[in-house]
Amino acid sequence: MTILALDWGFIIEKLIMIAIVVFASLGIALYTTFGERKVAAILQDRPGPSRAGPFGLLQPLADGLKLIMKEEIIPSQANKWLFILGPGLAMTASLMTCAVIPWGSALDVFGRHVELQIADVNIGILYVFAVVSMGVYGIMIGGWASNNKFSLMSALRAASQAISYELAMGLALIALLMTTGSLSLKTIVEQQVQGHWWNVVYQPLGFLIFFITAMAECNRTPFDLPEAENELNFGYHQEYSSMKLGFYLFAEYINMIMSSAIMASMYFGGYDLPFFNEASVAPNIAAMIGVGTLLIKIVLFIFLFMWIRWTIPRFRYDQLMGLGWKTLIPLALFNMLLTGAVILAKL
Amino acid sequence: MNTLEILFYALSAFAVVSAIMVLVSKNPIHSVLWLILVFFAISGHYILLNAQFLAIVNIIVYAGAIMVLFLFVIMLMNVKSDNEPQKKLLVKFIGVLSGGSLLTLLIALVKQTVQLEGKQVLMKEGTIGLIHPLGKALFSDYVVPFEISSVLFLSAMVGAVIIGKK
Repeated sequence: MTILALDWGFIIEKLIMIAIVVFASLGIALYTTFGERKVAAILQDRPGPSRAGPFGLLQPLADGLKLIMKEEIIPSQANKWLFILGPGLAMTASLMTCAVIPWGSALDVFGRHVELQIADVNIGILYVFAVVSMGVYGIMIGGWASNNKFSLMSALRAASQAISYELAMGLALIALLMTTGSLSLKTIVEQQVQGHWWNVVYQPLGFLIFFITAMAECNRTPFDLPEAENELNFGYHQEYSSMKLGFYLFAEYINMIMSSAIMASMYFGGYDLPFFNEASVAPNIAAMIGVGTLLIKIVLFIFLFMWIRWTIPRFRYDQLMGLGWKTLIPLALFNMLLTGAVILAKL
Repeated sequence: MNTLEILFYALSAFAVVSAIMVLVSKNPIHSVLWLILVFFAISGHYILLNAQFLAIVNIIVYAGAIMVLFLFVIMLMNVKSDNEPQKKLLVKFIGVLSGGSLLTLLIALVKQTVQLEGKQVLMKEGTIGLIHPLGKALFSDYVVPFEISSVLFLSAMVGAVIIGKK
């Protein structure tokens, strides 16, 4: 039986890592909702949630409990299976991204060399891209299966927005990949750890485009057209209740965490702590410091997302499409040509 | 049977069942969703052939972009199984006949072109599906067809914009 001749230690190691990463992202997402409400409160000069627990720290648990306890409603005219599939797909797609993110260098546990990354595939970035393009199905299927014209409108908006901004995102990425020469996220981060500068120094315009498109892909204000309440009642999740609604809302926060992690890894050195020699401490401690550094970078990015959300009002739909097609794509193309010219001149 | 063979048969069964479901489903939206699963199964086969780049591009382009457009069109036109006019028996018969002859032709072609007997598929090895060899091949040996097809895409895009402006 050759089928059993697998490296079981390897499989167990990866399963443990998947469990840790998934539960950690869910936990962070839970507290991101709390963070969002606190940030909104500070920006609007009010105290924010403060009743549940010290400083309102138990608020997310109360929110979650409330969502779970609500009645599950499936509209009688809805397509039942697709109605259930929608939120599941949205959640799966947003969690799948974490497979290729390098969370740290490597740990030595009981004599095993454990890479702090679930899978170092040689197409890392493209994998992220594929998962992002899958995420739109969760919204489209949910919106269509609800059998509500506002949900359908919102789903169509979400899909066209995602497709339009994916193009500019891809073009911004190509410029970065031209400088790194590798698609593996681990290699990209290691280059930044070894090299002098982070990639954002070489690709400032590329990073700006990537950041804007990432915000659009996460459906965050000012790009939250699919959830424009005053035009669409509530958006694609209008007919949803209970935890199915929770999944949609939660998926948005997980998307935000994952895109922050991707941006930190690709443009801001990933787990690289600046002005710090990793070789001066024990490898395990250096790896833990790296994980902490990446988490701090992620939190900073999430704060930036929230800050923008509570500062800038929503775009109009034609402005959104105009920005995507007429500003970001030409800019990204220009950035790509510029990068190519510089690389050619350096040869 | 080793792990690779088990994966191969599982993926093939998955692909064939999903492809049959594409045809059998009454609801066009369900057909599109099954078709997406077919693309996933095909990407799985690419990965077995060590062509990760092809696998992921297949998902991004076909499952991610083209199928979204399919869904778009079907949702906007609101195609439903019950208000679709039933085709005549003769049309159905002609469809079966032409589809069957196309299948026969394809099988005959595949059988003729290469000697398949006793050949084994290279699994988990080979580099042509990876990004470096593929890029080298596209931009050296196949640069003319590559550029011509990109011009074709550009002209299609311009055409779509012009039709959209009318």
